[in-house]
Amino acid sequence: MTNIGGIGIEHFIVVSAILFVLGVLGIFLNRKNVIVILMAIELILLSVNINLVAFSAFLGDLTGQIFAMFVLTVAAGEAAIGLAILVIYFRGRGTIAVDDVNRMKG
Amino acid sequence: MIQTFAFYLFAVLVVASGTLTITARNPVHSVLWLILAFFNAAGLMVLVGAEFIAMLLVIVYVGAVAVLFLFVVMMLDIDFAEMRAGFIKNFPIGILIALVLLAELVLGIGAYRAGALELGVPDGAAAPIVGESNITNIGALLYSKYVFLFETAGIILLVAMIGAIVLTHRERPEGARGHQNIDKQNRRRPEDATELKTPSIGKGVEL
Repeated sequence: MTNIGGIGIEHFIVVSAILFVLGVLGIFLNRKNVIVILMAIELILLSVNINLVAFSAFLGDLTGQIFAMFVLTVAAGEAAIGLAILVIYFRGRGTIAVDDVNRMKG
Repeated sequence: MIQTFAFYLFAVLVVASGTLTITARNPVHSVLWLILAFFNAAGLMVLVGAEFIAMLLVIVYVGAVAVLFLFVVMMLDIDFAEMRAGFIKNFPIGILIALVLLAELVLGIGAYRAGALELGVPDGAAAPIVGESNITNIGALLYSKYVFLFETAGIILLVAMIGAIVLTHRERPEGARGHQNIDKQNRRRPEDATELKTPSIGKGVEL
């Protein structure tokens, strides 16, 4: 498959590149709000998935789609653990402002 | 023609909802925009014939992850206005880094388009069988060549589940509401909990 109705692989790469940059920008813009940071990370992973699936389809190799599934698995686990950490952080401090997290003095 | 229209519709919507996800004032709105972004990304994937991943995206993200986000956002009592404090301050550096990243990615795509890089030709080891559906092809590959990776994914999910439970679990003190004595629960037998009564005819049971 070289293109579908004039849409080639470059179009998909551009969309996924824009989405990736939006995710990185989201991390910078919402430095305090860790929930939105987690959502920005989900956006980044989504852009990676679009890239993997597009290449898989246009190169005629299913491995990319299998890999996208594993990325999905890891993203789901990451969201669950991240939100659990967020909940216990909120319990301990009563806020989720993460711009001054220095409890471990690392 | 219809494919071009569908692609641009999904692409514009996914970028727009991604932008609104990171700029929305209220995190609940952010979650809802994220859901829209995932729906449109699923549309893009259907467009290239990857139905299974697209449906997985809708089920896993919209059905599980987004709802998890919504629960957490709504359960925590947070002053979201205060959270926005650094938004303007971080804007210039954020835009700068985003533009640098975008320039790098555009450079990469430009190099690819110019034919500077030869994309590896697939060896056909994982080529889809023509005439079979996407899910049949994925299943044939996932349960043969990638079966160990598949099981590893299951273990990752198990560890994530146990980790989330262990992190958020709270022991209630003795006597408090919701206190659990697991030993006592395990020792409980049917004889301790139930009693057999034989009521006479026409009479009720005194409990």
